[in-house]
Amino acid sequence: MNLFLELQTALARLLIFPGLLFAVPAAWFFLWVERKAVARMQGRIGPPFMQPFFDFIKLLGKSTPPRIGIAGLLMRAWPLIAVSAAAGAVGLLPVLPASGGFQGDLILLLALLELPSMCIIAAGFSSGSIFGEIGSAREAVLSVSYNIVFLLAILSIAASQHTFSLQALAQLPSSPLRWLGIVAILVCLPAKLHLNPFSLPNAEQEIYSGPMTEYAGPELAMWELSHGLEWVAATGLVATLIAPAFTLWWVAALVFVALSFGLVLLLSVVAAATARLQIDTTVRFYWQCTLIFAVLAVASALFMRFRA
Amino acid sequence: MNLWNKLMCYSRRHSPWLFHMNGGSCNGCDIELIASLTPRYDAEQLGVRLEGSPRHADILCITGPVTHNAVNAIKTVYDQVCGPKAVVAIGSCPATTNVFIDSRTLDGPLNRHVPVDVFVPGCPPRPDAIIQGVAKAAEILAERASKKLPIAPVVMPLVGPGCNGACSCAAITETKNEEVQA
Repeated sequence: MNLFLELQTALARLLIFPGLLFAVPAAWFFLWVERKAVARMQGRIGPPFMQPFFDFIKLLGKSTPPRIGIAGLLMRAWPLIAVSAAAGAVGLLPVLPASGGFQGDLILLLALLELPSMCIIAAGFSSGSIFGEIGSAREAVLSVSYNIVFLLAILSIAASQHTFSLQALAQLPSSPLRWLGIVAILVCLPAKLHLNPFSLPNAEQEIYSGPMTEYAGPELAMWELSHGLEWVAATGLVATLIAPAFTLWWVAALVFVALSFGLVLLLSVVAAATARLQIDTTVRFYWQCTLIFAVLAVASALFMRFRA
Repeated sequence: MNLWNKLMCYSRRHSPWLFHMNGGSCNGCDIELIASLTPRYDAEQLGVRLEGSPRHADILCITGPVTHNAVNAIKTVYDQVCGPKAVVAIGSCPATTNVFIDSRTLDGPLNRHVPVDVFVPGCPPRPDAIIQGVAKAAEILAERASKKLPIAPVVMPLVGPGCNGACSCAAITETKNEEVQA
């Protein structure tokens, strides 16, 4: 009986809230907010509200070029893997109070968050396009750079509390260490979501569309969706870390959505206000300037453990 | 099923993604195409997005009188755009080769090589005229994809002063799609 209930909660989280039924419309909404915010910052009116949805439906109805052999099969598979990983990551977020979860789901979440970026790297190389390969190489370099800071920040929060469970992390009282970690994660988000000033892998006007250059139709639609779901998962992770613990489930859900929306707005405004950096400047930024946050976070986590 | 078709038709009309290609243009029309995306004209309100890759595009915007060097590139890019697709010829050059008529370096007009759906006359056309042409092309694309209509080019009306006086905008109205060579 207990197992059945746990299975039911897990399915509800994966499929309804914060899983697919919530996450897919939220992904389209966040993609619209991003485009609209950039347009408003540039003094334009911007796309209509339903634009990402129309784009998605239109792309589903387009034909794709023939894909032959193993490389073709892989090219069709990467976007699907990316979408399912991103959707799974959203489903793991501990939004509602007492929503289950298990010891170690933080590690699974981090792996799932990383999978879309791995898929992008693989997709660029298997497409065989020179622009795709340049984009993939940049994505690989970028992910090595920001992931050090990103992982150290999250792990230091987790290590200071002796837990790898997201539910336990989300209910912690706020402390200076936690805010240090959140700032470090926020600095990594533009690179994770390929936004300016770190929009190197898909640098438009420079290497066409990077790893996505050869993709068309439904495959491209899946890439767009996985990008939107990454938005939901990445901002959602920060939102659950920021949000205080609530007992009422609808208050928790509302605060989660409002915080995510605020983060999307913040990141879009930063993206519109900055220009793209070069790859060496970006790598230097993460290795020299941002690593200090992560080192501070880890140091204070160790300090807290020894004191406790 | 019918509802799905209607939704698809509506989405196609509201999300035209462009790929811009220069077929030997003097750059005048290219500047105007970019101007149509800037804050003053803001074509993104219609869902227009300028894409970097022809694979992503629905509408191919071609400028210029089609030089010998550009012919193969235009045919390749046209084949790379995934269906359903439409072609917009921007400016008087792709329609009539304009002031460059009878030049030995040209292989125009454009509709000898690819089927054109919308001609936007002008030398260069105003950004509003280009947006109007793209919107018309999106409409044609949505209708043709659902009903299998034959390709008949549409010539947009001239907006503003448009013409430098040397070209042959009047002749564009007589343009037809010739048999496209394989």
